[in-house]
Amino acid sequence: MSNLHLTKNHEEQHAAASTDRHQHLNLKPEDFRKIDTSDLNAEVISRESVSVWRDAMERVISNKLAMICLFILIAITVMSVIGPWLTPYDYQTNDLSSTNQPPSKEHWFGTDELGRDMFERTWMGASISLRVGLFAALIDLVIGIIYGGIMGYFGGRVDEIMNRAAEILYSIPTLLIVILLVVVMQPSLFTIVLAIGITGWVNMAWIVRGQVMQLKNQEYVLASRSLGASASRIIFRHLIPNAMGPIIVTLTLTVPSAIFAEAFLSFLGLGVQSPAASWGTMIEDARSAMKVFPWRIFFPALFISLTMLAFNIFGDALRDAFDPKLKR
Amino acid sequence: MSSSQNKTLIEVNNLSKLFRVGKGRTLKAVNDVSFFIREGETLGMVGESGCGKSTVGRTLLRLYEPSGGEVKFEGKDIYKLSASEMKAIRRDMQMIFQDPYASLNPRLTVNDIIGEALDIHNLAKNRAERKARVAELLQLVGLNAEHANRYPHEFSGGQRQRIGIARALAVNPKFIVCDEPISALDVSIQAQVVNLLKELQRKMGLTYLFIAHDLSMVKYISDRVAVMYLGKLVELAESETLYEEPLHPYTRALLSAVPIPDPDSETQKRRIVIKGDLPSAIDPPSGCPFRTRCPLAKEVCAQEMPPLIEHRPGHYAACHFAGEPLPKQEGIVSAG
Amino acid sequence: MKSDNKLRNSSKGQNAQPLLEVEDLHVSFDVRGGEVQAVRGVNMVINKGEVVGIVGESGCGKSVTAQTLMRLIPSPPSRVKKGSIRFAGEDVLKKSEKEMQQLRGGRMGMIFQDPMTSLNPTMTVGRQITENLIRHRNMSMKEAHKRGVEMLNLVGIPLAETRMKQYPHEFSGGMRQRVMIAIALACDPELLIADEPTTALDVTIQAQILEVMKELRSRLNTSIMLITHDLGIVADVCDKVIVMYAGQVAETGTVHEIFTNPKHPYTQGLLESIPRLDDDKSQPLVPIPGTPPDLIKPPTGCAFAARCKYTMDICTRVDPGLFECSSTQSARCWLNHEMAKEVHA
Repeated sequence: MSNLHLTKNHEEQHAAASTDRHQHLNLKPEDFRKIDTSDLNAEVISRESVSVWRDAMERVISNKLAMICLFILIAITVMSVIGPWLTPYDYQTNDLSSTNQPPSKEHWFGTDELGRDMFERTWMGASISLRVGLFAALIDLVIGIIYGGIMGYFGGRVDEIMNRAAEILYSIPTLLIVILLVVVMQPSLFTIVLAIGITGWVNMAWIVRGQVMQLKNQEYVLASRSLGASASRIIFRHLIPNAMGPIIVTLTLTVPSAIFAEAFLSFLGLGVQSPAASWGTMIEDARSAMKVFPWRIFFPALFISLTMLAFNIFGDALRDAFDPKLKR
Repeated sequence: MSSSQNKTLIEVNNLSKLFRVGKGRTLKAVNDVSFFIREGETLGMVGESGCGKSTVGRTLLRLYEPSGGEVKFEGKDIYKLSASEMKAIRRDMQMIFQDPYASLNPRLTVNDIIGEALDIHNLAKNRAERKARVAELLQLVGLNAEHANRYPHEFSGGQRQRIGIARALAVNPKFIVCDEPISALDVSIQAQVVNLLKELQRKMGLTYLFIAHDLSMVKYISDRVAVMYLGKLVELAESETLYEEPLHPYTRALLSAVPIPDPDSETQKRRIVIKGDLPSAIDPPSGCPFRTRCPLAKEVCAQEMPPLIEHRPGHYAACHFAGEPLPKQEGIVSAG
Repeated sequence: MKSDNKLRNSSKGQNAQPLLEVEDLHVSFDVRGGEVQAVRGVNMVINKGEVVGIVGESGCGKSVTAQTLMRLIPSPPSRVKKGSIRFAGEDVLKKSEKEMQQLRGGRMGMIFQDPMTSLNPTMTVGRQITENLIRHRNMSMKEAHKRGVEMLNLVGIPLAETRMKQYPHEFSGGMRQRVMIAIALACDPELLIADEPTTALDVTIQAQILEVMKELRSRLNTSIMLITHDLGIVADVCDKVIVMYAGQVAETGTVHEIFTNPKHPYTQGLLESIPRLDDDKSQPLVPIPGTPPDLIKPPTGCAFAARCKYTMDICTRVDPGLFECSSTQSARCWLNHEMAKEVHA
């Protein structure tokens, strides 16, 4: 009993102390009236609505280096279209009176051994190189996603057979396929794109397969299955959109490797044929005279390096943006 | 509360589910399990991780193909249905998932997440109707319909769980498997979700299979409770009975292991601590799966799996020594 | 169990010596769109030999506080904005990283939630125990080995000699958590910080670990800071409880006070929203409505006002601060103001 009394006394003392603490507030009894909290409690979400996409995009935009690279890529693309119109020359007219000119007011990037304007040819090359990259990416996207999506989603026997087929295809050297194709068909842009496309998508398919395998056990996929969703609905509405990050990153790396492959094949003489030009053929043409007329190799080499670097850096930035866990 | 006269909605007979784990070995996730669920009741299912309770839930909805046994929904064996029949019956059987973060597609808005259920079964004639129905469902689970255009990551755990419930309700199901729907939520939010589930059950006459490892919550929400251990159903009874007079030694240990939020609780002091760890389901013990940790285990336990026997009306247990007193507990920390 | 009770009482005694004193701690995180004020003015004292439970929901700042104590929190994005942490009289926040390494694993032990990832998979368990002893206690290999075996025995791991030579993957979850406890306690730390030590474990395994912890408490004079969301665990093992809400201490008191006479509506709400195994279920659960506030912009006034069933006019305007309700209990709630008692009498 006495114990109880003691605590009570104690409590009063403490209460008195805390009342002092709030003296400056001049508290009145009406401050302690009960109020309705239903409006406080409406579970309103106050933060701004941001989709995963927008979030990633904003992250890329805030990355200065990535934006510089994007600008370079856009500039090269624009120039590949309008560049040829900026000079009075065209890419295939020979002018034997002014061969191997250094850069000048008339010929901004100089001329080659047949007197063709290098500025014209550089942008002609850009348009071919970019087209190769674009088509390779397109083939990757379509075949890679469908093939990889099916492998990953169905798994088991289906996966085993399809995976084996992909492995066989992947194990044939690209060069061998190209040489065979060139022998059967004429060396052309189409042949090159076909050759790069035939083997290029396998990588994308594996990326998609891995992603799909990981994602297909997520509970939202089970939820969709328990609602009776079809396989194609699950693959294309739930799995692929969630794998878009790695897919886009792979694409941005496919483009430069396709451009490089084209340049390499053209360099070997298996690519586009004269008078058409690509950066690879231009480098090959300039190689023999490299020491005497270095500008002839400088410009195509510069732009091919710039394009590849820009794509690689931009791809890295996209990967970071889609997977913020890697980088805070 | 359902009365025991209610008719059986789901009947599970000798259900088994094996998973291949490589090297020709199999994991017996669910091993010859039989039970039934009456219309309008909540059957709780408890057990520790790896006991197969979630697999039961998923196999019941045919998200996994069974390795053996049958599941009858309103008398029809769902494993014998064609794809189109199965799609139709999926409207009646839905699921609520454990992880409120993983169970909603992060790329879709709430509108599309709930709307998907309507799309698959053509339940909305046009966009306006779909939108109206989604708004109605959101209100039903106590969410603000204005948030329909937001993405899942903008919601709190409890709110997401309610979105998941709204999705399940979109097709007007009769039966819902609740797979640990509250274990990822905060304490103060758990009660919100549980009360919502109870309210929805009353309003819509739903039947639940409530899977959880939180025994106190299962006791609170369930009419009857099933206890699983290592792929086996070891005890099944009315929830009050199970908690007051558990027959299986595992159930008793499980119940006594739950810490009670009362520093003066006496039951706390008399805790039964079972020794050792859960054996592997790839290579389970012979006979009774619990015998390796059981204080009552005798030779017979290693030789024969005790069958699930109805010891009292409605109270089933699978133990050779069901209800026998447990020997006195010694300290588990070695004496020094 | 008698000794258990005696221990609880003794720690309430007058001549308790403070081991850890946290004063007005503020910790923030920089995120997109602002600053999350994860810890907003936390005060706490842990005395020698005391087991203090810190409860609260995810995001209430309990783990951030603990990680800040050990200076384990990555900075950036986090930063301590204000406040002091004194451990055995020394200011933790002023120590160099090297001095902290001496403290961590030596005088401060820790156990984390996930026993699967907190052990190094490429080292034998024995080496992980002895390494710490050799570093912090200058023991020889042989002494350290002997002590390691002793510790494994202490936490109830049979065949300790053999177990010392094994790798973490050969242990089950519960056994790994025991190993973690053994490692944490090997150097006789003055303070053991256990962050949700049983959350990843099954109930029967949790029961084993709790028994180990209770047993150890009565044998060693280690102070324990136990972070958990499970009120049952708190009631089972703690002497003192700190309830946290929205980055602040909502209420603090002895276990008995908190469970039988909570003075903060949040504490009351927590107790009412969990079903009890020993109750009959006719009693309905009373959930706390709503969700905790977004700490990017914490509310003015009481952080719990929007979810409270007693909200008064003053609550939405002025933060109440902690009211002392007894020499051991205080609550951050206006209801404990004299005037509130009069108005609502």
